[in-house]
Amino acid sequence: MNIVVLVKQVPDTATERKLNPADSTVDRASSDGVINELCEYAIEEALLLKEKHGGEVTILSAGPDQATDSIRKALSMGADKAVHLNDEALHGSDSLQTAYALAKALGTIEFDLVILGSESTDARTGVVAAALAEYLGLPQLTLANKVDIDGSSVRVQRQTDDGYDVVEATLPAVVSVVEKINEPRYPSFKLIMAAKKKPVTKLGAADAAIDTALVGVANATTAVVDFAEAPPRAAGTVVKDEGNGGVQIADFLAAKKFV
Amino acid sequence: MAEVLVLVDHADGEVKKVTLELLTAARRVGEPSAVVVGEATGDITAKLGEYGAEKVYTAPAELNDYVVAPKAELLATLAADKSAVAVLVSATAENKEIAGRTAVKLGSGVLTDVVDLTADLVAEHSIFGGGVVAHARVTTGVPVVAVRPNAIPAEAAQGAAVQEAVTVELSEGAKAARITDRVKESKGSRPELAEAAIVVSGGRGVGSDDFSVVEGLADSLGAAVGASRAAVDSGWYPNAFQVGQTGKTVAPNLYIALGISGAIQHRAGMQTSKTIVAVNKDPEAPLLEIADFAVVGDLHKVTPQLTEEINKRK
Ligand SMILES: Cc1cc2nc3c(=O)[nH]c(=O)nc-3n(C[C@H](O)[C@H](O)[C@H](O)COP(=O)(O)OP(=O)(O)OC[C@H]3O[C@@H](n4cnc5c(N)ncnc54)[C@H](O)[C@@H]3O)c2cc1C
Ligand SMILES: Nc1ncnc2c1ncn2[C@@H]1O[C@H](COP(=O)(O)O)[C@@H](O)[C@H]1O
Repeated sequence: MNIVVLVKQVPDTATERKLNPADSTVDRASSDGVINELCEYAIEEALLLKEKHGGEVTILSAGPDQATDSIRKALSMGADKAVHLNDEALHGSDSLQTAYALAKALGTIEFDLVILGSESTDARTGVVAAALAEYLGLPQLTLANKVDIDGSSVRVQRQTDDGYDVVEATLPAVVSVVEKINEPRYPSFKLIMAAKKKPVTKLGAADAAIDTALVGVANATTAVVDFAEAPPRAAGTVVKDEGNGGVQIADFLAAKKFV
Repeated sequence: MAEVLVLVDHADGEVKKVTLELLTAARRVGEPSAVVVGEATGDITAKLGEYGAEKVYTAPAELNDYVVAPKAELLATLAADKSAVAVLVSATAENKEIAGRTAVKLGSGVLTDVVDLTADLVAEHSIFGGGVVAHARVTTGVPVVAVRPNAIPAEAAQGAAVQEAVTVELSEGAKAARITDRVKESKGSRPELAEAAIVVSGGRGVGSDDFSVVEGLADSLGAAVGASRAAVDSGWYPNAFQVGQTGKTVAPNLYIALGISGAIQHRAGMQTSKTIVAVNKDPEAPLLEIADFAVVGDLHKVTPQLTEEINKRK
């Protein structure tokens, strides 16, 4: 069972996030980069599957030099090796272009299963996994809160609006996970030290046969027309409950015509 | 006028409100053509017509037996056959996936979580948890746009609603991920979370799986019930009701948060609510910063009083 986990570095949600005025791409310099939270769940699931079925876990990340921090973190959780797709031509790629580039990079790796997070905290588009399955022509088992492998078949519980669907397919396949699936482990000191020696293969666009006319902000399939900070919410009223807090809310709701 | 495809969300023979909102947005751009997967009953067709659908394409329910790919094949095929100028879907987790695959097939681009749309297909987004408003457009091919529920008010306008059955020859690839079972978590008779005008949510502060204090207030207001991840993870309320980054994004007219601290991941799913009310015993809880009205106190005292007061004033 060889598993590739797609890991994205994103600006820390706890810090203020900005867009670059020049090209409207996410300003990665203005806030600390961290591993996308949901990617940690994807890594954890890959490690659990490896513990059960054997094989290797490879991290694949597309991003600038700083992404190495997240790659190291992923390796220190227990992944075996990593591939870092890093090319100036990819800067500012939108989610479909990213899916295309990742599909191409996956062409250089042997795998039975690709696992992604279902969403990233910065883009929040939630389309990469589906678009990737489309590009690869592989079964899409996304939004999984449970994954089981049995021989050459994979079965997941796919989270739906009102419950879940049971979905089955044959490997190789693309799986994306939601945070219900597991509890990501903390890297041990020993693993952190070991991670420093694990192999990270650098990949340029040409190495992955990526057509550079199809990626990057200049060729993006979507363009930001303009953006502005949203006007801050007007400061609200905060009262301490002196025994009539419920009545006070009712008064507020009545004034707003909700009751 | 050119056709705009609108993927219809329906359940139990009823069209969801968000579809009417999409039809309203579609009319700004061209002539709405509704796309129904599964049976388009008389009621469904009539409703789609009331909101401006000129055509109603119906596709076999079999498309629902596999994950996402068949609907993307349907939309991409229809978009090409009918020379559609745009494809609109609601911004649910599943429909965003459909949108992504459709755009790949069409060689176009996709815009997700859109809160407004102009006649020339410039979309408004609210990003970074509501902190930034951005406008964007698709630069190549037929734009595929996923619009958030409750963002664009539905307005009625009669359309012809001419039915046309479409057959799709599904590729083997589209059938690769089979749905073998569907499990529904009980919902009761309350309005649906993503569509409700009022949402009352409970968090860890509720303290147990007895959510009746939350449900009581919700019922007095005819509201949907939501929950924070902490409440869901504790097993107090089903997963389908989680509000937030990895749950549902809601933007109701009124959002009431009971015993929810307001972590960034929770706020990401409710920050664009028009009016926010919070009850929390901690005056430092981050949710109070974005609340229009907040009471610092014990929700188990404040909420029953509020519910009683509302029932009294009705
Ligand atoms: C990848 C990822 C995704 C996530 N996605 C989501 C998501 O979609 N939705 C989500 O909600 N969270 C999500 N979270 C979790 C989020 O970070 C918070 O942990 C969660 O929202 C906390 O829930 P809470 O506010 O109910 O609990 P807490 O943070 O524990 O807050 C409880 C609050 O209740 C108050 N309280 C306690 N008792 C009372 C009382 N008697 N009366 C009044 N107030 C009281 C306390 O003062 C406190 O402010 C996600 C986290 C991660 C890492
Ligand atoms: N640049 C990237 N490198 C590696 N994986 C990525 C990248 N962008 C997105 N992903 C994967 O796609 C998932 C969903 O991202 P998104 O659709 O952008 O919200 C993430 O959780 C990652 O697993």
